[in-house]
Amino acid sequence: MPTATFKIWRGQGGVGAFEEHEAEVSEGMVVLDAVLQIQASEANDLAVRWNCKAGKCGSCSAEVNGKPRLMCMTRCSDIDLTEPVTVEPMKAFPQIKDLVTDVSYNYEAKLRVKPFNPRPPDNEDGTWTVYQEDIDRGQEFRKCIECFLCQNVCHVLREHQKFDEFIGPRVLIHSAYLAMHPLDVEDRTRDLKEDQGIGYCNITKCCTAVCPESIKITDNGIIPLKERVADGFYDPVAKLFRRLVGKSR
Amino acid sequence: MAEVRTLDYDVLIIGAGGAGLRAAIEASSAGVRVGVVCKSLLGKAHTVMAEGGMAAAIGNVDDRDNWRVHFADTMRGGQYLNNPRMAELHAKEAPEVVKQLEAWGALFDRTKDGKILQRNFGGHKYPRLAHVGDRTGLEMIRTLQDHGIHQGIDFHMECTVTKLLKSAGSISGAFGYFRERGQFVLFRSKAVVLATGGVGKAYAITSNSWEYTGDGHALAYHAGADLIDMEFIQFHPTGMVWPPSVRGILVTEGVRGEGGVLTNSEGRRFMFDDIPELYRNQTATDPEEGWRYVTGDKNANRPPELLTRDHVARCIVREVKEGRGSPHGGVFLDISWIKSKLPNAEDHIKKKLPSMYHQFKELADVDITKEAMEVGPTCHYIMGGIRVNAETQMSTVPGLFAAGECAAGLHGANRLGGNSLSDLLVFGRRAGHAAAEYAGSHSPGAIDQAEVDAEAAKALKPFDGGDENPFQVQKSLQSMMQSLVGIVRTESEMQEAVVGLGELWQRYAKVGADGNREFNPGWHTALDLANQLTCSEAIARSALVRKESRGGHFRIDFEGKDPEQAKVNTVIRQAADGSMTVSQEPLVPMTDEQRQIIDEMK
Repeated sequence: MPTATFKIWRGQGGVGAFEEHEAEVSEGMVVLDAVLQIQASEANDLAVRWNCKAGKCGSCSAEVNGKPRLMCMTRCSDIDLTEPVTVEPMKAFPQIKDLVTDVSYNYEAKLRVKPFNPRPPDNEDGTWTVYQEDIDRGQEFRKCIECFLCQNVCHVLREHQKFDEFIGPRVLIHSAYLAMHPLDVEDRTRDLKEDQGIGYCNITKCCTAVCPESIKITDNGIIPLKERVADGFYDPVAKLFRRLVGKSR
Repeated sequence: MAEVRTLDYDVLIIGAGGAGLRAAIEASSAGVRVGVVCKSLLGKAHTVMAEGGMAAAIGNVDDRDNWRVHFADTMRGGQYLNNPRMAELHAKEAPEVVKQLEAWGALFDRTKDGKILQRNFGGHKYPRLAHVGDRTGLEMIRTLQDHGIHQGIDFHMECTVTKLLKSAGSISGAFGYFRERGQFVLFRSKAVVLATGGVGKAYAITSNSWEYTGDGHALAYHAGADLIDMEFIQFHPTGMVWPPSVRGILVTEGVRGEGGVLTNSEGRRFMFDDIPELYRNQTATDPEEGWRYVTGDKNANRPPELLTRDHVARCIVREVKEGRGSPHGGVFLDISWIKSKLPNAEDHIKKKLPSMYHQFKELADVDITKEAMEVGPTCHYIMGGIRVNAETQMSTVPGLFAAGECAAGLHGANRLGGNSLSDLLVFGRRAGHAAAEYAGSHSPGAIDQAEVDAEAAKALKPFDGGDENPFQVQKSLQSMMQSLVGIVRTESEMQEAVVGLGELWQRYAKVGADGNREFNPGWHTALDLANQLTCSEAIARSALVRKESRGGHFRIDFEGKDPEQAKVNTVIRQAADGSMTVSQEPLVPMTDEQRQIIDEMK
């Protein structure tokens, strides 16, 4: 079986170095297979998160040859194996050990978003009447697997470390799901502007480019939210109109 | 004395998949202090992998559906070894708990008139599965997670429990470690709910992740609880088979629910060749009728591809064994053929099965809208587990509760697809409620410090320089269980497995961990391995005593069903000397009403 060289970043708390390992490469193999193969044979204490191995849980985010990816969805056949393949942890978050980073920020940030607040049920049995076309957009946002790759590449967070001012694309997509939920009655515009710092996003679309679920984070989520904020804060006619007819769509 | 952080709760929940989260929400709503521990990050549990949907007789698509039909379907699918009271509660309560998810923000696919859409699945008489494309589990876990984080529950992520603690015969707490830094933790808790999922990682070909090492089963067993039905393992008929690195990854039954057909190398729909007596009246007689069923004709019967999973898996094994398999040792699953029936088939497939489309395209270079998939059985689920009271989900140990896959009873000898997600909600809620009630009427139990110190010392033993690599021991276990206690079983091979397990226990005694206690997967695997060995032994010993074939337990040396064995559960219990005992005990009897429903629905 052919082999390839993987340079895996090993270390704790940001201090460490690349360590070279050989892995056998079989047909259809993904980078996570190589990492687990190395772990099972010669580096039992190599720290890496993974679960479903099918792109559904968002655990194995890392940077492969500098590109933020899910390791389980990165086919070895799609990368140049004649050169050593580098595998590093996500850079925006504090490193814990090896490929594992401290992603607790994302969980804490989500807690700041006001929970779903539905209108009273439409029907006597406690259900609502909702049509498919009203939830298509929301379902797109719900495809998010919380891999946090979008948070990792967002330059506001990655380069400028403005975690206190800007909540990041993943959490904005959560806000977008809530704001566009046909049943939700919560007014979210003030929080979007003041707590979540949506103004910091300058639409470079780096988040959209890395999303393994192909969610159009910027176009379908953040930009419409920005428009709401603009309407809510700077357009009194629209604000009045919304008050009269109910929640805008 | 070991350095141990101590945390106090009324109810400690171990596991944060659907059952654990639902239990936590319910317990918290009763006003008690609730802590949740999970081995991974929140929202990554195996529930996220569930694809097809959750079964609930809401009757939105076919109004002939009701709890009685769902109850009868579940019992038939379980070959009547189910706990009938659990099957009844499940069928009655599933509609309510599924609709409740909508009140917490879930976005289910809709019918044309704006209700929750339901789809066909194996063994369900009517379209019954509420779903979101083929990512229903993700929607469910995210809904529970996003609701749960606002309920005042403490979440301890990446934390593993290694032992349950008791005082005067009742639960008093749990001991474990935080994976990130390796520190020990003692949870003092009046009640504990196990929601740890399954044991799939004991097999080489599985849809389960590293987490599924039977922790809850083993913790309960060592705490003195009974396990039942451990011989019943579900091999899901359709896992990916090629390329090798994706072998075992799940291909949802929803593919067949949407009209996908199974064919062999001769192009024959072999599922028509073997239709069990129990299902003859409910199965289509020709492909045309099957297609009419999946497209909503209420007068048609379902295609044989939608027979129960145990049966479909065995038919696939037969085709492969008799030389009619696909190139890589599976059979073909084709949804692209519906092009000949539907004008917009390609878009329809992408809309209804988006993650299957993505998964095959990305991982196998197969476009499922144009060509067939290659599929074969993969270890998916264990029907057996902790014996619980149907109403409260309390195990045979006071204060210890279990819900979801690690509990047993609802599914009998075989679980119907879609009954797992609804199981998590129905019995997660019940367990959370009962655990909170129990905690409210009991005072905290004592903790034996010597026991805590002994457990801490035991947990550190792999650092003493053992020379067995934990991953390699695990791999040996997986290949042995796969070949000797797999889909097709026989006495001599299972005896061989019992001997093999003895040898693996000896290797386990010598496993070593490199490095330090900080996020060390080698160390974690070494500790998980004991649970895997305990569960594998329970599976093998239970399978040996059931000398018949039924549901997820198929023996070539006893191919038929034995009416005597239809009356008993297999029970695993730890003897006073620490050895594992196995016995057979009578089933929970059906009430007259339950029996009547089953007779009516025959």
